Amino acid sequence: MNTANPPVPENCSTVGVVTVENAVLSARGVDVYYGEKRAIKDVSVDIARNQVLAMIGPSGCGKSTFLRCLNRMNDTIEGCRVTGSITLEGQDIYDRSQDVVPLRARIGMVFQKPNPFPKSIYENVAYGPRIHGLAADRVELDEIVHTSLQRAGLWDEVKDRLTQPGTGLSGGQQQRLCIARTIAVNPEIILMDEPCSALDPIATARIEDLIDELREQYAIAIVTHSMQQAARVSQRTAYFHLGDLIEVGETDRIFTNPRHKLTEDYITGRFG
Amino acid sequence: MSHSVLLLALVVVAVLAYWVGKSRALSLVGGGRGIRNLHSLPSYYGFMAALWCAIPALIVMVLWVSAQDTVISKLVLSRLPSSVQSLDAGQLSLLKNDIRNVVSGAIPAESASPEVQAAAAGYRQLRSIADLSLVAVLLLVSGLGLFLARARIAPTLRARNSVEGVVEFMLMACSTLAIFVTVGIVLSVLYEALRFFHAVPVHEFVFGLKWSPQIAMRADQVGSSGAFGAVPLFLGTAVISGIAMLVAVPIGLFSAIYLAEYADRRFRSAVKPVLEILAGIPTVVYGFFAALTLGPFIRQLGESMGLEVASESALSAGLVMGIMIIPFVSSLADDMITAVPQSLRDGAYALGATRSETIRQVVLRAALPGIVGGVLLAISRAIGETMIVVMAAGLAANMTANPLAALTTVTVQIVTLLTGDQEFDSPKTLAAFALGLVLFCVTLLLNVVALRVVRKYREQYE
Repeated sequence: MNTANPPVPENCSTVGVVTVENAVLSARGVDVYYGEKRAIKDVSVDIARNQVLAMIGPSGCGKSTFLRCLNRMNDTIEGCRVTGSITLEGQDIYDRSQDVVPLRARIGMVFQKPNPFPKSIYENVAYGPRIHGLAADRVELDEIVHTSLQRAGLWDEVKDRLTQPGTGLSGGQQQRLCIARTIAVNPEIILMDEPCSALDPIATARIEDLIDELREQYAIAIVTHSMQQAARVSQRTAYFHLGDLIEVGETDRIFTNPRHKLTEDYITGRFG
Repeated sequence: MSHSVLLLALVVVAVLAYWVGKSRALSLVGGGRGIRNLHSLPSYYGFMAALWCAIPALIVMVLWVSAQDTVISKLVLSRLPSSVQSLDAGQLSLLKNDIRNVVSGAIPAESASPEVQAAAAGYRQLRSIADLSLVAVLLLVSGLGLFLARARIAPTLRARNSVEGVVEFMLMACSTLAIFVTVGIVLSVLYEALRFFHAVPVHEFVFGLKWSPQIAMRADQVGSSGAFGAVPLFLGTAVISGIAMLVAVPIGLFSAIYLAEYADRRFRSAVKPVLEILAGIPTVVYGFFAALTLGPFIRQLGESMGLEVASESALSAGLVMGIMIIPFVSSLADDMITAVPQSLRDGAYALGATRSETIRQVVLRAALPGIVGGVLLAISRAIGETMIVVMAAGLAANMTANPLAALTTVTVQIVTLLTGDQEFDSPKTLAAFALGLVLFCVTLLLNVVALRVVRKYREQYE
C-alpha cells in the first residue's frame, strides 16, 4: 500500500528534501510540549522503507523526544503533548480511533540501555508474539523465537541456554536480545534510541552490521550521538538543533556538503 | 551533695578544662597566625584537656557510687554489738533492711529498736563522710587530669588523633552495647526456657496436643496436673496470622499496584499518607475495635446465618490484625514496584503490551522477590502481634482450625502466664519463656530469610 505523501507545511524551514518516494511514516508540522516548554518545533520528515534515517544533533536537541513520538511512547510521560500530524501509511497515529497497542506492534523500539525482561531468553523473545497472539501453537512460537534470534545474530550464542535469564547475558548480547524481541512481533518500522551508547566498540560493530541487514526488511530510524555511526549505518541523516529540524538529506551529502551553517559547525566538530 | 549535682559540676569543670587546654595551645604558638604551627586545630587541644579531666573522674565516680552502699553497710554492721553479729544470715538481712528504711525515712525512727536507731545514725554519719570525700577525690582526679593534659600540650602533640580515637571508641561502645543487650535478652530467655524443659520434656512441649498450664498448689486441687502441649497455641497463631495475611496481602498489594502504577500524582500524595496513618494507630486501639465492634458484629452475622460464633473469635482478631498490617505490606510493595526501572516498562509498552499486561507480566515479575520478602516480614509481624489477640482472640486453647471458634496464640499465653502472681519455680511461669523462645526463633528465621530476599533483589537493579 503506497499512499501519497502528505503535503509539507509551507512554513517548513528545514533545509534539504524532507520527503521521500516510498515513505512509510510521515511527520508533518510536529510540535512537542513538555508542560509549557516547546521541545520540538514544527518538524516535518519522512521515514522510508528499506532505509535507515539517522537523527543526529547535540544533547538536548530533541531527537530522542521526536523518536518517542513516532510510536507514542511519550504517552506515558505526564504533561507531554504532541500536535501536528504523524501518519503511518496514511493513518494518523494520534487519531482518537488509533489504539496504541497495535500501533506499537507495528512500530517497534530499541532503547539506549538494554532492557531485557526478568525472564528467560526464550520468554523475552516470545513475549511480544504471545501478547499479540501471533503464534497458534508451541511449534510456531518456537519458530518465531528461532528466526528472530537468528536475524538478530544471537541464535548461535544462546541456542543452548534459551531457558536461562536474559539478564545474565553481556551488554551487547542483551541489546541484540532486545532487537530480537522487537522483530519477533514483525513490525514495519524499528526505532532505535542510541542503541549502542552503552556498549563497547566490538558489540557496537555487531549491532551496526545488524542494522544494515535489518534494513532489507524494515524501515529504521536511529538516534545516535556518534556521527561516525550515522555515516556508517544510515542512508539519510536529519540534523536537529534545539528542537528544530535544521537539515535533512542523503547521508553522503550531509557529511560532505552540508548546506546549513549549524549542520556544518556540528559535523566539523565546532560544538556538540 | 546529690550525684546529679556532682555530675553537673563535672561538666562545668570539663568546660573549664576545654578553655584551659585551648588557650594553652594558642599561647604556646603565640595565637592568631601561629595556629598553622599547631598539629591540630586549637579546639582539639581543648577537647583533649576536657576528656583527660572528665573521663577518669567519671570512672572514679561510677566505681565509688556503686561500691559505697556495700562498704558502709559492712562498716555499720561490724560496729553492732556482738549479740547481733551472731544472728543468722536471714535475720541479719532483715536488720539491714530496717536500718536502711530508718535512714531513708520509710519508717519513723521512734518505732525502731535502740540498736537500729544507733546503727542508722552511724550509717548517716558514714554516708556524709563518704559524700564529702567523694567530692574531694573527684576534684583531685579531675584537677590532676587537667594538670597532666596541660603539661602534655605542645605544638607537635597529635591532639586530633587522640580525641578522634576516644570518639571512635565511644561510638563502638554504643554499638556493642546494643548487641550485648540483644545477646543478654536471648540468653535470659534461653536460660529460663531450659529450666522449663527440665520440668517438661521438649517433645511433650513441641508435639503435645493439650495446653492447660495450671499447676495445683495442693495435690487434691482440681486440674492438678498441668499440660504443656503447645500445638494448640502454634495452630491458633497460624490460623490468626493466616487470616491476617489473607486480608493484608491482597489489599496491601493491590493498593500498592494502584498507587504505584495507576493513580495520578495528586491522588497518590493524598492517599499514601492516609494509608500510613493506619500504621500509626496503637494496637490497643485496634484491639478495642476488634473486641467491641467487629467481634459482636461477626457473632450477630453468624447467628443470623445459623452459625455458632464465639464472641471472641479468631476471625475478628485476624481481620483486624490484617487491617493493621495493610500499610506494612502496601508500603513495602510500593517501594518494590517503584524500584522496577522505567526502562522495563518502556520495553513492554514498545512491544505493544497493554498497561495491565505490563504490570502483571513484567513489573510484578521483576518486583516479586521484593514483594515476597515484604510479605515474610509482615508474617513475622503478625506472629509477634500481641495486643489485638489478647483483647479479641480469647484464652481458650482450642485444638481447632475453625476461625469462628475462640483460639489463643503464643503471645496471648505469654501475657497470661506472666501477669498476676508469679512463682518462678513452677513450670507454669517458665512455660512463658519456652514460648518466647519459640516465637523468637520463628520470627528471627522469617526476618533473616526476608531480609536476604529483599537485599538480593535490591542489588539486582542498582
